[in-house]
Amino acid sequence: MTMQSSRGFHLFHFAAPNTFYPLAGRLAPWFAGLAALLAALGLWLAFFVAPTDATQGEVYRVIFIHVPAAWMSMFVYLVMAFWSGMGIIFNTRLSALMARALAPTGAMFCFVALWTGALWGRPTWGAYWVWDARLTSQLLLLFLYFGYIALTEAIEDPRRGDRAGAILALVGAVNVPIIYFSVKWWNTLHQGASVSLTKAPSMAATMLWGMLIMALAAWAYTIAVALWRVRSLILERERHTDWVSAELDRQGARP
Amino acid sequence: MKSRHKRLTLIVAGLALLGGAVALILSAFQENLVFFHTPTEVAEGKAPTGRAFRIGGLVEGGSIQRAADGITVNFIVTDTAKRIPVSYKGPLPDLFKEGKGAVVQGKLGPDGTFLASEVLAKHDENYMPPEAQHALDQAHKAEKTLKQ
Amino acid sequence: MNWNSWAAFWDMGGAAFYVWGSYGVTFIAIVAELLLVFRRRRDTLTRLLRLRRAQGGRPAAASPDSSD
Repeated sequence: MTMQSSRGFHLFHFAAPNTFYPLAGRLAPWFAGLAALLAALGLWLAFFVAPTDATQGEVYRVIFIHVPAAWMSMFVYLVMAFWSGMGIIFNTRLSALMARALAPTGAMFCFVALWTGALWGRPTWGAYWVWDARLTSQLLLLFLYFGYIALTEAIEDPRRGDRAGAILALVGAVNVPIIYFSVKWWNTLHQGASVSLTKAPSMAATMLWGMLIMALAAWAYTIAVALWRVRSLILERERHTDWVSAELDRQGARP
Repeated sequence: MKSRHKRLTLIVAGLALLGGAVALILSAFQENLVFFHTPTEVAEGKAPTGRAFRIGGLVEGGSIQRAADGITVNFIVTDTAKRIPVSYKGPLPDLFKEGKGAVVQGKLGPDGTFLASEVLAKHDENYMPPEAQHALDQAHKAEKTLKQ
Repeated sequence: MNWNSWAAFWDMGGAAFYVWGSYGVTFIAIVAELLLVFRRRRDTLTRLLRLRRAQGGRPAAASPDSSD
């Protein structure tokens, strides 16, 4: 510990696995609790406060998970690319582990976005699936997640696995703006964005609040799960160090 | 050494499978960058000939007509500049309505009628309760009467 | 309030399959992910503890890339 603080680079203090490991363990339950609270509030707004939609009726209520899941699937990939870039530039040990810890959650949200989109598309558009630019690029994102997970898991040498995954994360990140702007750049069956930075939201206020709170719940959930997952990854990667041995002794001594 | 060899084969096979899937997705992406053509583009001869394609636009108000056989539906797709008559046999999505967006897939017949094999409804990104929609419709009507 | 009865709530204006199909699968996906994360933690601890016991309880020699 004294070695860490004497280095003086305060920002990187928590980037050391042995300080981040207990911090992650303390923070994760709080984010999980926050996620549960926000989800409860969001679901209440979604089903009991937000009114019926004039055109679509009740089926539009899929939006309260579809849009937050789709946002999360894109954002998580960008965060993975960010940590991958950090890992390459600064060679910090934790960065690649963060990217690895996020990938399964991003893939889960990507799958949820596609699944709910299909179930929403059938009664409104008249089809579960069409190969328009939005849907196709989102499907590509799912395969980028699969590719990242397969690549990093398959390569035995952890450092090499990190490097290969980082390259895939950085190259694949190009797909994210393509997904986001596909409804503007090309003509698609998928409608445009209801909420964006450039114009006022085109939704009734209670609908919008329900959706935004569900999005916050997805954020809190992602942080909690990634922190829990990265703890296992840290133990695995640092198993040769004294502090992991001490931690193992503590865990092993527990009944 | 043998297990390492096996592992390598597995990695290569897995990546080849993923690569193949991605290649298929990319080719679908490229083919459907133009998901539909507008009636104006069709009139200008920009739509593909000899194969099925999609046209998109609004279903013209008052244009939906059910034929005597009870299955065939005729309507007009317009982008307010050009109009294309469409003939279709089959189930229509719930959101298919006059004055709303639609994307139809099929072929252009010799008489200029588009013979559709699939009809999809395209809705916009506006979500509001029925009362708000009603108020909006009233406002539009009032605006129109004032202009006349 | 949007619903006159619980029956109306579960019916979702006739869109029950699509709405509950979306929420249900999302719920299953989240529960499954949480279970996998906790199982991974347990498995990692079990494996590393066994490894440590096999080495006689002493910390293993530090590998070059983790000495800092």
